[in-house]
Amino acid sequence: MEIRTTFHKRLREIQDDVLAMGSMVGKAVLRSVDSLKNRDLELARQVVADDQKINNKRFEIEEKCIELIATQQPMASDLRTIIAILNITTEVERIGDYAVGIARITIMIGDEPPLKPLIDIPRMAEQTVDMLRRSLNAFVNRDAEAAKNISAEDDMVDHLYDQIFRELLIFMAEDPRTITRATRLIWVAHNLERSADRVTNICERVVFIITGKMEEIDASRY
Amino acid sequence: MNADQTLPTSRIVSPDSGAKLRTEKVNLYYGSFQALRSITMDIRACAITAIIGPSGCGKSSLIRLFNRMNDLIMGSRVEGNVALDGVTIYDSKIDVAEVRKRVGMVFQKPNPFPMSVFDNVTFGPMRHGVKNRAELEEIVEKSLRQAALWEEVKDKLGQSGLALSGGQQQRLCIARVLAVSPEVILMDEPCSALDPVATLKIEDLMRGLVEQYTIVIVTHNMQQAARVSDMAAFMMMEEDRAGVLVEYGPTSKLFTNPKDKRTEDYITGRFG
Repeated sequence: MEIRTTFHKRLREIQDDVLAMGSMVGKAVLRSVDSLKNRDLELARQVVADDQKINNKRFEIEEKCIELIATQQPMASDLRTIIAILNITTEVERIGDYAVGIARITIMIGDEPPLKPLIDIPRMAEQTVDMLRRSLNAFVNRDAEAAKNISAEDDMVDHLYDQIFRELLIFMAEDPRTITRATRLIWVAHNLERSADRVTNICERVVFIITGKMEEIDASRY
Repeated sequence: MNADQTLPTSRIVSPDSGAKLRTEKVNLYYGSFQALRSITMDIRACAITAIIGPSGCGKSSLIRLFNRMNDLIMGSRVEGNVALDGVTIYDSKIDVAEVRKRVGMVFQKPNPFPMSVFDNVTFGPMRHGVKNRAELEEIVEKSLRQAALWEEVKDKLGQSGLALSGGQQQRLCIARVLAVSPEVILMDEPCSALDPVATLKIEDLMRGLVEQYTIVIVTHNMQQAARVSDMAAFMMMEEDRAGVLVEYGPTSKLFTNPKDKRTEDYITGRFG
């Protein structure tokens, strides 16, 4: 018979908030890259403005966690869950900031002619957002195995980053007039690469909830 | 407050319906000793209000104001106003038995009567004139279900209440209070004699009951107050030993960001 039903209900509500925040951030990443791909400055400005909602959600979750710690004396896996949520929301919020960074680059580029059609950058974004979504599912399902597997996928994002970097380097070597535009695209790719690293950190926290061990499961190459 | 009014019969069950109990500038004396000084507070309907503070700060004296239990102490005297649904309860025209029916109380030590589980629960309703067996049986089942005890005792209703475990006895005492359909339940250290699991069961039960009842709990256990309450009050003694209300507000605020330094010092263990 479960006896701390009220506390556990509140803990589940916070988990739902984390999922909602993850969904907001995933959307922000995809929209930021869409804004770059389609030169949609209005969409880019929207991504920047919506970041406030993400930040507010993060503070709301933190406040709820602090309240639960102060009033409910969580123990064992409940305590680890709340500590992990505080870490996970920090990571998710940071991914939101990377999306803002990409949107700002879109605004900076404005109506400059495109250097090349964007193919790998949207792929990186999709891969990263998919990893983010599945890492939060692993969190909710307490699935350490899934979390470890997602971490391993960071290599795919790193590989795409390498590819984009090399390709842009060639552009710059061949025609120095492309340096500014190419550098900006490298920043975008770098933001996505860092986002995937943050997902890896989320996965580490999921493993921590389940096993109680803090371990680095897959160090990024960058 | 209008002292000529009789107590209204309607229950207040909406959480938004405001103050169920209200004290205004209440002073309480036991003879020449002042136990409470100028206590003004509203107790929200359908919420759990916890009163915490060091020993002797007047917590129990305060809670006993709400059903006039202090009347039983020789030489006690109340100044100021204590109101239930806006009606002064310290008025000569008020029926004290009626106040205590509407404002039930659960004590520190489980105190079932030395009689069967069934008779424990029907004791109050029978005193209030319920005689019909079917009706009494219905009250017993409903009260024991509300007290989360029915499943454990339904096959031994004829057994002595004293044969139950400590936690079960306390839930029986809660069922006994519920049987007379109170509106407010006062709990004075209801878990101090119970083990941690029985304590958590009572707390979970309280969270269920608060949807229909207004609960005021006095507890030495600060963690319990934090876990279970919606509103929390911190009391301490003045230098002349009279109890004062230092801070009163939402539990989530009082335990994370108290306004008064004395509350902060108490809940962080810097005095107490």
